[in-house]
Amino acid sequence: MSLVSQRNSILPGFGLTLGYTLLYLGAIVLLPLAALVLRASSLGLSGIWQIAMEPRTFAALRTSFSLALAAAGINVVFGGIVAWVLSRYEFPGRRLLDAAVDLPFALPTAVAGIALAAIYAPNGWIGVWLAPLGWKIAYTPLGIVVALVFIGLPFIVRTVQPVIAELNLDLEEASATLGATRYQTLSRVILPTLTPALLTGFALAFARGVGEYGSVIFVAGNLPYVSEIAPLLIIVKLEEFNYAGATAIATVMLGASFFILLAINLIQAWSRRRLGYV
Amino acid sequence: MSETLADWAEARPVTIEGRTKAHVKTRSPVTGEGPVLAGVLIAIAVIFLLLFLVLPLAVVFYEAFAKGVGAYFSALSTPDARSAIWLTLTVAAIAVPLNILFGLAAAWAIAKFRFPGKSFLITLIDLPFSVSPVVAGLIYVLLFGAQGLLGPWLKAHDIEIIFAVPGIVLATVFVTFPFVARELIALMEDQGTGDEEVALSLGATGFTAFLRVTLPNIKWALLYGVLLCNARAMGEFGAVSVVSGHIRGKTNTMPLHVEILYNEYNVAAAFAVASLLALLALVTLVLKTVLESRFGDELPGKSRRH
Repeated sequence: MSLVSQRNSILPGFGLTLGYTLLYLGAIVLLPLAALVLRASSLGLSGIWQIAMEPRTFAALRTSFSLALAAAGINVVFGGIVAWVLSRYEFPGRRLLDAAVDLPFALPTAVAGIALAAIYAPNGWIGVWLAPLGWKIAYTPLGIVVALVFIGLPFIVRTVQPVIAELNLDLEEASATLGATRYQTLSRVILPTLTPALLTGFALAFARGVGEYGSVIFVAGNLPYVSEIAPLLIIVKLEEFNYAGATAIATVMLGASFFILLAINLIQAWSRRRLGYV
Repeated sequence: MSETLADWAEARPVTIEGRTKAHVKTRSPVTGEGPVLAGVLIAIAVIFLLLFLVLPLAVVFYEAFAKGVGAYFSALSTPDARSAIWLTLTVAAIAVPLNILFGLAAAWAIAKFRFPGKSFLITLIDLPFSVSPVVAGLIYVLLFGAQGLLGPWLKAHDIEIIFAVPGIVLATVFVTFPFVARELIALMEDQGTGDEEVALSLGATGFTAFLRVTLPNIKWALLYGVLLCNARAMGEFGAVSVVSGHIRGKTNTMPLHVEILYNEYNVAAAFAVASLLALLALVTLVLKTVLESRFGDELPGKSRRH
């Protein structure tokens, strides 16, 4: 394939299509992002730092990052089990549930948000059973975690599933014939092979969770210092015409997503080196 | 090989006929968990999926009809709801074709030619997926807003972008930017340039080759990308929320209308509008599943992320 595509000259339209691609990319993505960078650079690193360290902003950033981390962690465990079960077992409804895994990608976030609120509010479908026990999920940080678990689930499952499908069953058989228990095979043979995919899925879910807005604000309660997420604070700052504040928070979040993107690429490079696939 | 192992062990006979070999293989006792652990794992997975995916969907439709069918349809036919539905359709009708055109151009340039910086370009195309929707809205406010870089110029020329439909379209284009392109790039890179070269050598023009050879080759992947792009375009909330200004009947899309109704404690009406969006999500999922099962060979790679 590489040999064929090296012969550049045969197919027409390179200049036109690449030109259009760059123009469109520049106009829609790069120019507006440059506007943010320009605003941020006028604040300077120390200015951004100062704003990020204001108690309310810091609390919002901490809420967004720590809860996204927690939700991604929960998703690694349960998403991992879901991926395993959907790939390895046959049971009634499996195909339906498999298709449903993509629901969080397809369902608008605002719809997910009000649905989760209707479930976990103190008078909601599940909330009403938890209220007598003194448990509150909606309108607490726990509600944010629930929303982020919902949003992040497909990232883990869809990243891990193809790797499970590619697993070499001979290795499992060899492990079993060499006297390993199933638990040993799972933890020493299968889990290490799945680790890069689990990490990639974790990073993707984390990145999505940090920036998530629509599904969260309806179940969060949005109490400053407690359950106010960073994206919401950007909107609050914008409504106060505090452009510097909004820019600073956005810059921190953008920096974080670049960092996560880099981490994902490193994980994949590491996985390719170690295992020969992504 | 594992089938013979299973026959040999004969603990559980392999009875699933016509399944893919992976499923048959897993029934072999040494490469599966014991019945207890298997049952527990399946139970955990099923309960988790029911709780986190199926229940929210059921809630949307239940709550939508909680006040009866009459209330449902009257919630959908208020002028504000109608204009929100209309605006959502309009925005998607502009944003999706723009991204199709871009996706086709980008995939042609990237998949059919070699040039330096290609992988960097692909990273840039994927960039909007890693930006928070709220930040996506913010960057347009910083560029086109009243206090933005181009704000004074736009005001002098009486052009409204922020708190108007153009801003909503721009924000939607941004968040749905990579959907079509990434499907097409991945598939067309696999397909190479052989088919088009044959067409050209038989005397077709470049455009004819694209229309009659490339397009039929990529039609299902294109449809797949469009499906995902459209679902996100109609459902986008965060980015649109920042640039829309929430002007009722004017710059309110369906997701924003859901929020307004919900915050006014008009819960049944909010869920009625939300149920339309949930229906869209269901249709998207069904079509997506059909495409994957029937035309999986004509879609790029297995690992999908959004």
